[in-house]
Amino acid sequence: MQNKKFAGFALIAIALIALPIMVGIGFGNAWVRMLDFALLYIMLALGLNIVVGFAGLLDLGYIAFYAVGAYIYALLASPHFGLHWPLWAILPIGALVAGVFGILLGAPTLRLRGDYLAIVTLGFGEIIRIFLNNLNAPINITNGPKGIAGIDPLTIAGQPLTKGMDLFGFHFHGLYLYYYLFVILALLIVLVTMRLENSRIGRAWVAIREDEIAAKACGINTRNVKLLAFAMGASFGGVAGGLFSGFQQFVSPESFGLFESIMVLCMVVLGGMGNIPGVILGAVVLTVLPEFFRYWAGPAQQAVFGQIFIDPESMRLLLFGIALILVMRFRPMGLLPSARRKAELEHLAPSLDDEGKA
Amino acid sequence: METFVQQLINGLTLGSIYALVALGYTMVYGILGLINFAHGEVVMIGALVALAAFKLLAATMLPPVLIALIGFGIAAMVCMALGWSIERIAYRPLRNAPRLAPLITAIGVSLVLQQLAMLFWGRSYHAVPALLPSEAHEILGARINEVQIIIMLAAGMAMTGLIFLVQRSKLGRAMRATAENPQVAALMGVDANKIVALTFVIGSALAALAGVLVSANYGIAHYQMGFLLGLKAFTAAVLGGIGNIGGAVLGGVLLGIIEALGAGYIGDLTGGVFGSNYQDVFAFFVLIGVLVFRPSGLMGEKVSERA
Amino acid sequence: MSALLEAINIGKTFGGVQALKDVSLTINAGEIYGLIGPNGAGKTTFFNVITGLYQRDGGEIRFDGVPLSLTSPHEVAAAGIARTFQNIRLFAEMSALENVMVGRHLRSRSGVLGAVFRTAATRAEEVAIKQKATALLEYVGIAAKAEIRAASLSYGDQRRLEIARALASEPKLLALDEPAAGMNATETAGLRSLIEKIRKDGTTVLLIEHDVKLIMGLCDRVAVLDYGQKIAEDIPANVQRDAGVISAYLGVPNE
Repeated sequence: MQNKKFAGFALIAIALIALPIMVGIGFGNAWVRMLDFALLYIMLALGLNIVVGFAGLLDLGYIAFYAVGAYIYALLASPHFGLHWPLWAILPIGALVAGVFGILLGAPTLRLRGDYLAIVTLGFGEIIRIFLNNLNAPINITNGPKGIAGIDPLTIAGQPLTKGMDLFGFHFHGLYLYYYLFVILALLIVLVTMRLENSRIGRAWVAIREDEIAAKACGINTRNVKLLAFAMGASFGGVAGGLFSGFQQFVSPESFGLFESIMVLCMVVLGGMGNIPGVILGAVVLTVLPEFFRYWAGPAQQAVFGQIFIDPESMRLLLFGIALILVMRFRPMGLLPSARRKAELEHLAPSLDDEGKA
Repeated sequence: METFVQQLINGLTLGSIYALVALGYTMVYGILGLINFAHGEVVMIGALVALAAFKLLAATMLPPVLIALIGFGIAAMVCMALGWSIERIAYRPLRNAPRLAPLITAIGVSLVLQQLAMLFWGRSYHAVPALLPSEAHEILGARINEVQIIIMLAAGMAMTGLIFLVQRSKLGRAMRATAENPQVAALMGVDANKIVALTFVIGSALAALAGVLVSANYGIAHYQMGFLLGLKAFTAAVLGGIGNIGGAVLGGVLLGIIEALGAGYIGDLTGGVFGSNYQDVFAFFVLIGVLVFRPSGLMGEKVSERA
Repeated sequence: MSALLEAINIGKTFGGVQALKDVSLTINAGEIYGLIGPNGAGKTTFFNVITGLYQRDGGEIRFDGVPLSLTSPHEVAAAGIARTFQNIRLFAEMSALENVMVGRHLRSRSGVLGAVFRTAATRAEEVAIKQKATALLEYVGIAAKAEIRAASLSYGDQRRLEIARALASEPKLLALDEPAAGMNATETAGLRSLIEKIRKDGTTVLLIEHDVKLIMGLCDRVAVLDYGQKIAEDIPANVQRDAGVISAYLGVPNE
């Protein structure tokens, strides 16, 4: 049993190590870059999953925390202020500050019902974006709509990852190194999320999602526990944001619009709210599929109709919209429902919904 | 003083448009307890359809005001059909689904409408021809434009009509009954599905009017114009007390004034640190403030505590 | 016998309607105390005031010798009052076992750091939570259904699960809101022996019930509410003979 488990882990490890090499050789480095992004989105989606999936609080402004993390990295490691702090100092700061923002958002909204909360969080996301856009005067903090350029690349042990590395006679492109860094951090976040899920706090989150009044009656301080969910989710976003900043070496408010929030939400919903493998699947599918469209939709239309009717970018958004509608209609639990919800289909005994209300 | 009156006029103009849109949110919420997230996009479609009609009709040499009316009529019909379809496709099948489900579909509908509009009308800002009289008058040192007067009048008339409809007509009574208790209303012979559909249709007609008016006010239309407008109108509905029709009107007008005064004075108040580019932030702070301190809104009744 | 819960002149109004008016009663440690009354008499309102779900407008509550100031439900739970709900409120998507594990919240303390680093203390606590929860499922007689989703349990089992979840916090007072509602005769009999067992094991029970037979057979003392006021408080046999109580139930005008 123990051996089998170990073999499974080893297999996954080998697959994760080999993946970028195979993708890079087979499809080119652009697709490795795509993998890097998929990993960032996995971290984001797992963070949002704590808030939406576990605690059942619909947050439509989640990308704001990504923005906070990204700008903190940008400010502390770029010529903008002339600061060049190391990655390992900045990431925890980014997580912490994003977590504080999470509490700032959570505190006034705790008593709100689901749909109100959604709108307020959406407004919060917009507030952050408006401030990022305008805080270039009177003191230039964010450099306004132009964004901050020339950000230091992610650097480990004095080695900027952009340079790549030669090992075993193979040249690892910078994108590969980013991949390995992101994989390690994503795995860490997966581990943290899994441990939280099966803990006293994780159970309290789900209890609040299921029935807040009953949760209170069980002695759960729902205010604190919800704030904790906001803070934890936000701090994941902050970490992912910092990595994004050092990866792109450029940030601007444009990257943190409502659409990005919705996309991360789609990943959580499509994959299966509250279910970690589902969320990861959702993040991967929604990062990679649109890229396929970018590559195939344009040329395909060109070939069939002789011209491009729908540009790939809006095709992507259109399909997102349709996917949201269809998933809610036909598969409201997502592609990979959590085991708990699957059990629902197997036990056909009378349920709360039929009798409890009688 | 002049700034004050001027911003008051601007605020009232903007506020009456918010109020029109807020009515759409509040009516649907009153009946289904659902935030129709896609409502802002209906406003956008209304504006762009009317604009297309204006362009087609421009060659007919009809008087401009008539063109404006016909354009609005076409936009209203398109929006009503759209509102009906949205309810049918996105909300009705989910009536018994968990609360978050219809909200997520609504986001999907929003995205679809925006992208379809972009396919038809492109990404650029469209100039809206000035069909309405736009002579400026002076009141207390401030300028008021005839377009602004028309906006306030049209919005005021539409809202009076709606309130009359809801309070006095048989249809209105059925709507109020359904909002109060759908099951009992159904027992009394009210076809709840029909009432819900009608609510969407009426709200969409108001949205079309708001779309025409807002594009006349700013002179531009754009496929993304619905999002922020919708969000602010929702704020207005919450401010007034969501589900309350009079509250939506009050909330809309108030929010318009708060925004205009805020934008007019924020520079002076903060010694120039923050400028009118923060105008859009006010609505959100108002929203958060209301929800924290008076979640039932200005005109909403205090909801009794329930287990 | 010492008083466990003393409610003194409790008042509560809803938008002008006086739901509770100067209700005073005392629940002694170790007894089963029944609260009955016609529909709308204010039983559930009183219950919700006691458990912190509603804020009272007037009056005082002393619990276990200390004043229970206006507090939120989780603080009341921490003070030692656990409750069930008239219209069963379980965590529907969680298994029966997990429901009871949530009930252990107050009796455990691991936080985020403990969970993330899976410290020895946290692991030990998790084991203890699971053991206690399993034992409680056994106690209420649904141990075999530990892994079943709460919403899929039969109605009677859902009631039992709710009681197990409430007991998980090791309360001094267990407050049951119409636990027999909707139960058949066999289920009610089972419930009755469960409540007796709970009392025998040292937990005081407050019981709201419509089933007069159950109340009369089970309770040590009974209070009757009518139109928000207490009209009687005595041992069941005396309450049954009380003229005011009879007229309240039969609707005869009270002279």
